[in-house]
Amino acid sequence: MKRNTLSNAVSESLSPAPDTLDTHGNRRRTLLKGAAAATVATGTITGAPMIWAQNIKDVTLRQFGTGVSNLNDVAAKVKEDLGFTLEMTALDSDSVAQRAATQPNSFDIADIEYWICKKVWPAGNLQAMDTSRIDQYDNIVGIFRNGKLNPDSEIAQGTAPHSVGFVDGSDGTEFVDEESGWMTLIPTIYNADTLGIRPDLIGRPIESWAELLNPEFKGKASILDISSIGIMDAAMVAEASGIITYGDKGNMTREEIDTTINMLIEAKRAGQFRAFWKSFDESVNLMASGEVVIQSMWSPAITAVKAKGIECVYQPLKEGYRSWGGGLGLSKNLSGLELDAAYEYINWYLSGWVGGYLMRQGYYSAVPTTSKEFMSADEWGYWFEGKAAEGDIVSPTGQTIASTGDVRDGGAFEERMGRVACWNAVMDENQYMVRKWNEFIAA
Amino acid sequence: MSASIDTPAAAGRPAAAVPGKRPRGRLSENLLGWLLATPFVAVLAVFLLLPIALIFVVSFWETSAYSYGPAFILDNYGYLLTSSVTLSVYVKTLMFTALTWAITLLIGFTVAWFLAFHVRSLGVQISLFLLCTIPFWTSNIIRMISWIPFLGRNGIANSVLLDLGVIDAPLEWLLFSDFAVILAFVHLYTLFMIVPIFNTMMRIDRSLIEAARDAGASGFQVLRHVVLPLTLPGIMIGSIFVVTLVMGDFITVRFMSGGQSASVGRTIANEIALLQYPAASANAVILLVTVLLMVGVLMRFVDIRKEL
Repeated sequence: MKRNTLSNAVSESLSPAPDTLDTHGNRRRTLLKGAAAATVATGTITGAPMIWAQNIKDVTLRQFGTGVSNLNDVAAKVKEDLGFTLEMTALDSDSVAQRAATQPNSFDIADIEYWICKKVWPAGNLQAMDTSRIDQYDNIVGIFRNGKLNPDSEIAQGTAPHSVGFVDGSDGTEFVDEESGWMTLIPTIYNADTLGIRPDLIGRPIESWAELLNPEFKGKASILDISSIGIMDAAMVAEASGIITYGDKGNMTREEIDTTINMLIEAKRAGQFRAFWKSFDESVNLMASGEVVIQSMWSPAITAVKAKGIECVYQPLKEGYRSWGGGLGLSKNLSGLELDAAYEYINWYLSGWVGGYLMRQGYYSAVPTTSKEFMSADEWGYWFEGKAAEGDIVSPTGQTIASTGDVRDGGAFEERMGRVACWNAVMDENQYMVRKWNEFIAA
Repeated sequence: MSASIDTPAAAGRPAAAVPGKRPRGRLSENLLGWLLATPFVAVLAVFLLLPIALIFVVSFWETSAYSYGPAFILDNYGYLLTSSVTLSVYVKTLMFTALTWAITLLIGFTVAWFLAFHVRSLGVQISLFLLCTIPFWTSNIIRMISWIPFLGRNGIANSVLLDLGVIDAPLEWLLFSDFAVILAFVHLYTLFMIVPIFNTMMRIDRSLIEAARDAGASGFQVLRHVVLPLTLPGIMIGSIFVVTLVMGDFITVRFMSGGQSASVGRTIANEIALLQYPAASANAVILLVTVLLMVGVLMRFVDIRKEL
């Protein structure tokens, strides 16, 4: 059914088109550029390319990804601005990786993290994107292009996004080091993660990752049970405690894995952990109910705890942050009008509305300059520049997150993203690590 | 030889049928039987046997860093059968199963006994029985998760106990512990024990009990020598339900232990989540064999087909 209507739509769209496509599809691109420029000028998006509007309405793009960016508000706005339908499915990171690797026909757009990309790209279900069709490509933050936030930044350990960001052609399977013009994922959001704490229940400053295993918090600590991320948090703790210094936390040797897991097992046997969490809401409940006072946490979970009127701090720690980034990948099955719609969607994604929405939730967008246009000066100051709020800071869903005088935990963008110690990663010894992780869970 | 198949219809057939026609009649009756069974056999073959066969095949495949593919290797089983994780996970799972089975049996038998022998009116019996099923109108997950705020450190149970002065500090082991896991299992699965036991108890000829009493049997003797043997098929059916459900569970263990305890189901779920399909398949095959053995042992105690 769907394919039929689509092929009709494609033929309809191609025959009456007044100007023909050149070999690189440049007609559309110039058209889009014009539309985007107009958009920026007026500050509102009004359904970009008019010629396509009629046919593109029939397109449905199926996107899946983790809950963080799979927001129904985005789907609704896509319908409003671009006219086509975006179906969203939210899954946990493991299921996302699984689906991207094994069910290529079940999606058109994969919203995945960079470490998942490293894992699933070789399965060959995704196609690389032509960066010349991405309007805002030049404004994408350096982290995703050459790996450097500033020219003098040091590249953190782990699966740094730029290292799996490019391949050598639309169906290239090997990652390349330079900006090749073919991007695997278009970065959407990223953030710097650290430990969440309940300052009211701890009552003293927390400055190091090592505190997670401090016996003072026996039975009141938690770590996330997604092995690939949990092991990184554990590595931050192990290094901070002086147990070990890693060559690369994102790609440990077997000995390093053993040392890390043994540390965790010892702590578990001593009753350090109250629970392990796997999903966002579990972490919120653990923290809000006071079962746990210090744990691995994600930024919106902090916001969710605060929204319940409970004190909760996303504690900057001296060893730095564990960072992650996500992006949109295109299914290999996309072609013709659907592929054009996907490019349109990606350009729209980077044009600011989504970025503003996500930044007001505490994430960062890939192109902060466009997001700025969709945020008030106070919001921009609070979320991006680390300035004290001049009034109430309200989330996109209407919750008051901060009030006058509050400063974001960790401060400004540069201060947070500039202090990344490692990126979420998938290791060469992945299978060994998973087995050891299972030993930890079964211990 | 087809004539040796002992179908109930054939067994009930008069022996003095015309010898010449008998084989033909039986043959078509057999044929009819097979035809009637065909749709069910087909459904089972496609949706049960084929998937199990595939799982078996995949369990010999190999996994590389980020993908997996056809091969014939024994590594998956090799690791599984030599790893200390497997042993500890099975011990834990069997512990959950044994305790849950014993507790659900005790509660299930008592409730069924009360319903079957102490409640005289059929109307009350049915309404009380329906009452038992009411919690099952909500989802399994909801029933399980609702324990979490109740048992938590600052939960209702702890607040009440603290207010009553029974304890001085919140009981930590109420939630995210093996206790919580077994509590949830018992809550979730007791009905699976009550229903078959109640069913078999209702079919016990009351005159047998009267006869036992007339012969001077005490209440306990009636229970031990009359009711228990006659209820055995129900107990076995209930046990099979409970044992298979608990052995295969992964979500209850994860939620109620706060991720602290492992079970075989959880290990499989983790492996699937991490795309380790061959390892998960090998694990599933071993679990299937274990559960089949357990069910086989249960079946030794009673011939369910004869009793039903």
